[in-house]
Amino acid sequence: MDLATLALLNTERAARRATVLVTDVESGAQRLVKAADLAADPLADVLDKQLRMGKSALVEAEGKAFFLTVQAPPPRVIVTGAVHISQAMAPMAKLLDLDLVIIDPRTAFATPERFPGVRLLTDWPDEALAGLGLDGYTAFVALTHDPKIDDPALEAALRSDCFYIGALGSRKTHGRRLERLAAAGFDETATKRIHAPIGLDIGAVSPAEIALAILGEIVKTLRGPRRAPA
Amino acid sequence: MISTDTDILATAEAWVRDGRSVALATVIETWGSAPRPVGSHLVIDGEGHFLGSVSGGCVEGAVVEEAVDVIAQGRPRTLEFGIADETAWKVGLSCGGRIRVYVERISTAKVN
Repeated sequence: MDLATLALLNTERAARRATVLVTDVESGAQRLVKAADLAADPLADVLDKQLRMGKSALVEAEGKAFFLTVQAPPPRVIVTGAVHISQAMAPMAKLLDLDLVIIDPRTAFATPERFPGVRLLTDWPDEALAGLGLDGYTAFVALTHDPKIDDPALEAALRSDCFYIGALGSRKTHGRRLERLAAAGFDETATKRIHAPIGLDIGAVSPAEIALAILGEIVKTLRGPRRAPA
Repeated sequence: MISTDTDILATAEAWVRDGRSVALATVIETWGSAPRPVGSHLVIDGEGHFLGSVSGGCVEGAVVEEAVDVIAQGRPRTLEFGIADETAWKVGLSCGGRIRVYVERISTAKVN
């Protein structure tokens, strides 16, 4: 590997961008494929598959053996709402290797006692999200029911490459939310990215079951075929 | 505590920028109960200093020796270790697994 390739690999990883380094094991020839350029690569299908699994692998293609060094950023979940559902989500997310961040400016809700060991931000969502950055390996979940908190965060998520956006609320609540987002200039293509009703349809009732349904849907979106670039 | 592979690639870059000659070893295939997963890295310099792990200690010594050779010669090579491979290597994996390790030099000139 040449230094330029190694440096680019490190830069892309630090910026939380996915890459695959393709090495011809026989000749040593290499190319670094950025996720954004993946579709144009001759090995696009297998690269996409390995990237979704986040697994490096030796593959056979074109009669040659290639080693794919897959660098996928650690996926994370950003939630607005230090509520019962996010209390249940925190330990589940940890087991799933998802980095969870909870944003709630209501300091009565966002307390370390209610969320031991969880990263809690009590800034308003637009400020908190600007600091965190929303990228293609981030899922955003709105759980407060409060438009003052959820809406600015949803708007930021819709303007980003987040791989998953979900919002809690009844059909009626979501209908009103869609009206507000439309008034803010988001068309139907944009708002269709929002998973609502949120979570897999498993008949969830309790906060923990809803947390499970949401995390199940996040994992499904993360590991399933990536949506076509807009 | 095993250094993460993130640290290792960053270290590899830092070592090269320090003017050291460096090789990178990567686990490219495993069979059976291999101690470190595919994609694990070990970085080695020309004097045999190393960081990271490809086997949790079983075959690092042999990989480092080969890596010093790869640094000198420049050609990448693939090594195989394990109990099923009795002739080529004196070292083995006590866990009974088998691994293949790709060793390449980090070159400062663009070669590909």
